[in-house]
Amino acid sequence: MSEQKGSFGIQGTGDTSGYGGLVRSSFSPTSAQKPYGSYFDEVTDELERAFPEFNDAIEKVVVDRGELTLHIKRQRLFDVAKTLRDTETLRFEVCLGVSGVHYPEDSQRELHAVYELLSMTHNRRMRLEVSTPESDPHIPSLVEVWAGTNWHEREAYDMFGIIFDGHPALTRILMPDDWPGHPQRKDYPLGGIAVEYVGATIPSPDNRRSYR
Amino acid sequence: MSTFASSRETTEGTIYSVTGGDWDQVASEIGSAKEERVVVNMGPQHPSTHGVLRLMLELEGETITELRCGIGYLHTGIEKNTEFRTWTQGVTFVTRMDYLSPLFNETTYCLGVEKLLGITNDVPERASVIRVMMMELNRISSHMVALGTGALELGAITPMFFAFREREKVLDVFEKVSGLRMNMAYIRPGGVSQDLPEGTVSGIRELIKDLRKNFKDNAKLLIGNSIWIKRTKGVGYLDLAGCITLGVTGPVLRSTGMPWDLRKTQPYCGYENYDFDVITADTCDVYGRFLIRMQELEQSLRIIEQCCDKLDKLEAAPVMVADKKIAWPAQLSLGGDGLGNSLDHIRQIMGTSMEALIHHFKIVTEGFRVPAGQVYTPVESPRGELGAHLVSDGGTRPYRVHFRAPSFSNLQSTSAMCEGSLIADVVAAVASIDPVMGDVDR
Repeated sequence: MSEQKGSFGIQGTGDTSGYGGLVRSSFSPTSAQKPYGSYFDEVTDELERAFPEFNDAIEKVVVDRGELTLHIKRQRLFDVAKTLRDTETLRFEVCLGVSGVHYPEDSQRELHAVYELLSMTHNRRMRLEVSTPESDPHIPSLVEVWAGTNWHEREAYDMFGIIFDGHPALTRILMPDDWPGHPQRKDYPLGGIAVEYVGATIPSPDNRRSYR
Repeated sequence: MSTFASSRETTEGTIYSVTGGDWDQVASEIGSAKEERVVVNMGPQHPSTHGVLRLMLELEGETITELRCGIGYLHTGIEKNTEFRTWTQGVTFVTRMDYLSPLFNETTYCLGVEKLLGITNDVPERASVIRVMMMELNRISSHMVALGTGALELGAITPMFFAFREREKVLDVFEKVSGLRMNMAYIRPGGVSQDLPEGTVSGIRELIKDLRKNFKDNAKLLIGNSIWIKRTKGVGYLDLAGCITLGVTGPVLRSTGMPWDLRKTQPYCGYENYDFDVITADTCDVYGRFLIRMQELEQSLRIIEQCCDKLDKLEAAPVMVADKKIAWPAQLSLGGDGLGNSLDHIRQIMGTSMEALIHHFKIVTEGFRVPAGQVYTPVESPRGELGAHLVSDGGTRPYRVHFRAPSFSNLQSTSAMCEGSLIADVVAAVASIDPVMGDVDR
């Protein structure tokens, strides 16, 4: 696992005890085998019926800790999402949001967008996961499918730099409009930003005087 | 328009910065301007914007043609910070997001960590009952702020005083139990940080009687007030289809008649064992949302009563998982200099057991490892669905913590609620969403 730097002088893995020998490895969940259990078989079967190119669009189906995750090719995300919303037997009518995750070691799939879906009709939950390379961080926007993803996609853009194609107004939402960089990426340091006041600048914690 | 408001030319036209006290003059000058369109910036320091919410209103006369929210003024990078601390320390961060309902943030986070660890079923029953009781008390204190400030913003000052009086009593319970009134970090992965102090349950029973009587009086202050009713009925309309597509949950969703409450539909922490009703309204407006909150207070009291009965039966049961590799060594006691580490515990680890000392040191500094994977755990917070999306890479620190904040999602609906209505109704509509900016910006 890559080193995270800049947390108030903590270097390396951040193992403050120094005795843990902390080595973290990248994690990639394995594909589940049928039957998946619970309502997951029904959901995947119904999706396959309503969306014939299922095998082409879905990279893998992960069932972990009682939760269903479909890893989807980004080109097919919009169609899959629309099918999940509109098919009567699926009816995932609520998208609870978009959460970005940055895996710098996952080559050509560094940026992930995770969508939590909820079906109030059938009282079910599931998750969509889409990945995109850092060099070409484009994912189709789902605002047309679920209007509520509007701000969530703006947040994922702000924090991770994922560009959601087709979003009506993809601008920063939490950080100032002129902020450089995307703070939630793993290579973006914590701290490290000097605080500016009128007439004075306080250096960031890792740039202050050190007595070591 | 030169003496009272500084102006500058931009590509959009002339921008006037008005600082207040000169509205009559501004209004008369604008009346004579050629263009009718006026953009007004409300907030971020407007008293009715619940902290630091900025609303950009485009007006035609007093009617809003377009409304946009500007958020981010309270962004503190909590999600990023948690990646640099242990899983247990994460509780201290997330409790500060939605500062009016900190115990919900803690619970959803801890449920997520427990699910990642695979110890969901090992959490002792007494800990779950305490969590439920504390959450419902917190729901009361949070709804009291929503009702009190909501009325205050519409000009009714008295209900706010009474609402904060009740809230204060609930915060006193929190202080007695956890040592803190807000941001308690009381709920920890595996249970709660410490057991209830002696006399808590009987004290809460007394409190319930007190609150039940006062809630009725407080409700009369609002429901019996014709001005409040006129300011809320038919205002901030948002129907079921709007709520669903915008991902709006909580009282706003229930005001459309949809009985969606995760405590009933997808129970957690043993909510399936409690007897309570899901309150709905069918008005889709501000009035319905406030009415729901008023009636939810009574349902919370019912749940707390049942918690008290359960706690009596679970006297002296553990409140933390038995696994010492996860349970935080939080043996606290009250000494002459305040609450601190129990002297007995210090004596034991410093004087008698080297292994216990090493264990204490390691779990406090390094923390425990959490198997790799990702989970999403939702709870029904006073504002709607609050969910934690946690990703672990197998280390002692979270790889990613994301909170699906109900205030963030619900605030999106402000435009749908307000466009086409009058400026004065914006205040009522925003108050009915009850956004907490700490939760919106995180």
